[in-house]
Amino acid sequence: MTERYDVLVVGAGPAGLAAARAAASHGARVGLLDAQARHGGQVWRHDVLHGTPRPARIAFDLLARTRGHVEWLPQHQVISADHRTLLVETPRAAVRLSCGSMVLATGARELLLPFPGWTLPGVTGAGGIQALAKQGWPVRGKRVVVAGSGPLLLAAAATLRRHGARVLGICEQAPAAAVAAFAMQLWRWPARAVQAAVLRTRLAGIPYRCGSFVRMAHGRDALCGVDVDDPHGPLHIPCDLLAVGYGLVPNVELASMLGCALDHTRIHPCVRVDTLLRTSTANVYAAGESCGIAGLAAARIEGSMAGHAAAGFPAAATALLPSRQRARRFADLLAQHFALDARTRTLAGADTIICRCEDVTLAALDGFTDARAARLATRCGMGACQGRICGTTLAELDRFPHGGTRPPLFPARLATLATGDPSTP
Amino acid sequence: MSAAGTVRLSVDGEPVAVPAGSSVAAAVASVAAARFRRSVRGEPRAAVCGMGVCFECRVRIDDTPHQRACMTPAREGMQVSTDD
Repeated sequence: MTERYDVLVVGAGPAGLAAARAAASHGARVGLLDAQARHGGQVWRHDVLHGTPRPARIAFDLLARTRGHVEWLPQHQVISADHRTLLVETPRAAVRLSCGSMVLATGARELLLPFPGWTLPGVTGAGGIQALAKQGWPVRGKRVVVAGSGPLLLAAAATLRRHGARVLGICEQAPAAAVAAFAMQLWRWPARAVQAAVLRTRLAGIPYRCGSFVRMAHGRDALCGVDVDDPHGPLHIPCDLLAVGYGLVPNVELASMLGCALDHTRIHPCVRVDTLLRTSTANVYAAGESCGIAGLAAARIEGSMAGHAAAGFPAAATALLPSRQRARRFADLLAQHFALDARTRTLAGADTIICRCEDVTLAALDGFTDARAARLATRCGMGACQGRICGTTLAELDRFPHGGTRPPLFPARLATLATGDPSTP
Repeated sequence: MSAAGTVRLSVDGEPVAVPAGSSVAAAVASVAAARFRRSVRGEPRAAVCGMGVCFECRVRIDDTPHQRACMTPAREGMQVSTDD
């Protein structure tokens, strides 16, 4: 059976919540789905100890007060799609959802770069351990090194400390001068400046090393320490956890399956949208990080714009355009000041595993210039993550671009696939 | 009956209690040396991305294999097996 909505919103983070509210404010019947069990996405993730962040609670409560009806569809993983229909898997069943228009608010994932030891248990993403800790992962008393790049490291460190971890230090790969220049620009975004000041207080006493990155992780069956390259000389830091993330990568797999044109200006593609957040596929809109990493403020504004436009009220969307442009400028500031040091891309050795699903080493990928050939010869990218981790890594290492998207978008039950694949009519 | 705000489940036969709202990943990390699966070469692996992308945390839950522990809320009485 197919359930029908006026507007389907994929992703219930800040962009998706705003889109659902905007569309429903015009009386549209909205389906808001997310693969997670709770709304909020990554940045507004519910915390088992500290509850749901206030803005997320407000955003969700506001959905009930709209003129239209928003149906919240948790644990709905999109498996396949065409521009009017989604094939979705829930823990118990497969369902088809159809719509008049669709808003993609699929967010971003972390950029993970390979280095010797990165596959050891205890090495996670920076946003990764933050998400895990919020869902009850025990970090109390654990010695943690936070590393990588960008403001997310500060947020991750603050969450870890709040959950009782001993944060030994933050290694930011950007040089001190770049970080200082970034901080000098923050006054233009007062909300960000306040956020930074709050984080600074919460992180008091934790060393923040600039121009510093983790070269190697040590351990037999689990992490026991890291080697750090620091401008003041090499360091060895014994630790239980390493939380390392080099920034964010837009999730474009669903957009790609829907035939939406992607923008390949940067290393990792984002969804190409016009000023009304229309993608190149009719009736499909995109908002937030999937259109390029720009952070929370841009995601909320774009979500509202896409929701208005998807419900057939483009004027309401256009009214928000100036604030969108302003919020998007923050993205340029981030990209400029937290550009990756070339050395962070050369840490993997010949025997370092690149494809974690199939245990394919960097040396095994020598000589391949496209993802398909590498996949056929080495199984690189054929595992459960479907190349989301290794494909992104290999693009960043300038080996070859990501190999594109094939259905199913995520591993699915046979029973789900048997219900029919909308992407292959 | 579980204590208020606590969910009890088993990981590889070992009982574990986690705060209500926790993920299965949190339960696994609470008991073992935080190992979730063996890679194709037999290396130990554990959760990495925390958001359902990397699939490193997959485990067997109540006889359903290859479930992402980070995406699955822990429920009373669940039977979780690692090295699935």
